[in-house]
Amino acid sequence: MKKIEAIIKPFKIDEVKAELQNIGVTGMTITEVRGFGRQKGHKEIYRGAEYEVDLIPKIKVEVAVSTDMVRDVVDAIIRTAKTGKIGDGKIFITSLEEVIRIRTGESGNEAV
Amino acid sequence: MIDQGDTAWMLTSTALVMLMTPGLALFYGGLVRSKNVLATMMQSFICLGIVSIIWVAYGYSLSFGTDIGGLIGNFKWLGLAGVGMEPGPYASTIPHLLFCAFQLMFAIITPALITGAFAERMKFSAFILFVVLWSTFVYLPVCHWVWGGGWLGSLGALDFAGGTVIHINSGTAALVAALVIGKRKGYKTLPIYPHNLTMTFLGASLLWFGWFGFNAGSALASDGTATLAFFTTQIATGTAALSWILTERIIRGKPTTLGAVSGAVAGLVAITPGAGFVGPGSAILIGLIAGILCYSAVLLKERLGYDDSLDVVAVHGIGGLWGALATGLFASFGAAGLFFGNAHQLFVQAIGALSAIAFSGIMTLLILLLIKSTIGLRVSEDSEVQGLDVSEHGETGYSLM
Repeated sequence: MKKIEAIIKPFKIDEVKAELQNIGVTGMTITEVRGFGRQKGHKEIYRGAEYEVDLIPKIKVEVAVSTDMVRDVVDAIIRTAKTGKIGDGKIFITSLEEVIRIRTGESGNEAV
Repeated sequence: MIDQGDTAWMLTSTALVMLMTPGLALFYGGLVRSKNVLATMMQSFICLGIVSIIWVAYGYSLSFGTDIGGLIGNFKWLGLAGVGMEPGPYASTIPHLLFCAFQLMFAIITPALITGAFAERMKFSAFILFVVLWSTFVYLPVCHWVWGGGWLGSLGALDFAGGTVIHINSGTAALVAALVIGKRKGYKTLPIYPHNLTMTFLGASLLWFGWFGFNAGSALASDGTATLAFFTTQIATGTAALSWILTERIIRGKPTTLGAVSGAVAGLVAITPGAGFVGPGSAILIGLIAGILCYSAVLLKERLGYDDSLDVVAVHGIGGLWGALATGLFASFGAAGLFFGNAHQLFVQAIGALSAIAFSGIMTLLILLLIKSTIGLRVSEDSEVQGLDVSEHGETGYSLM
């Protein structure tokens, strides 16, 4: 089992979500996050004061899947979240030791 | 002889001016960081309590009681003795008590305006003491000078609704306060953003609405002069909102919402002293210049580097000064300014403004130094980082659950 975390542009979340559902992903968690990478921030002005905002709003998508689905999920995210411009985000994949469904106590691939 | 129309309008105006103080609380509250929102709003709101008591006890009497040497009123209306339902000496068609109530609302909002200068770092106890001392030793005398039969009024200084008494006075106090109390921790090194500009927007709108009572009510009657003041208030304010964002657009590239509402307040301030003396065309010019001038003053503050946190000096001090001088230029109803053949008026306006600046500056300095050397002005560094809502009041403005 793997956990896939994708940091994406906020306006892409609907497409990503729809495509993941399409390929059979049955659950996901999203969070509004801020961060910086290669993309430059923007300037905000409050009366006389200018601030460089370099922690840019992004959305983090987290999905837990069985190992054989990883390639499909990654492809789906890239397909839908990519604009080709700096700031499209990143995908992180980590191994999951265990997954447990709280209601039934099922674990492993049954639970993802 | 009580006039029912006048009385009805002045009751309404008094309530409108009262609403400006909670409006100011919202305006300022949105401009600070979320950890200081309640403490900031509280500083404005609690003036409604403190100054009311002062006003009844001795404030009204010292402002409007029989003149002593042009400087201060006497004690004849102490505890409002003799101020009742019959007309008083200042307005012949409304109850004396109503005139007193209307003037109270001005006395309340003036110290509340200053709070923007020391937002996010002043101890609540020090603030309470400051309001008591400042109202007593600065507001009451200056109010008397201009409106209570004092020397400035006698000299012929025009101040329709309080440009000198309220705005130059509070703006000067704000400059001194910002310098004495010092910068906020992290000023210019950490980003300090307004936390809720929608709240600021609502507050500015309430200020605009309440200001119709402030300016048109200052006619003390439901008549043509009130209508003129009402109309010039609208015109100057709208124009200043536009001229502020236009200047911003040229200098910084984007017209901001905060700029629009700040411009509106600058316009309200600038038209205040001349509201019932100038025509609508002059109001456009007064508003136009107010927006540009006050925005420039904000930029100048950034260069000078003092932390007048919510720009009281730029908006109320500079806006009030411009308004006082503009009245000396454009007055054409019931008085004449420079452009209407009376250069002397401009001179008198300048004397009024300068003496208010000098008096307010020196007195505010003495009051603040006194508080600083006794109970202290600032919260501890820990409390400042934690936020004044928790450290001073034991509560938070927003919670997730």
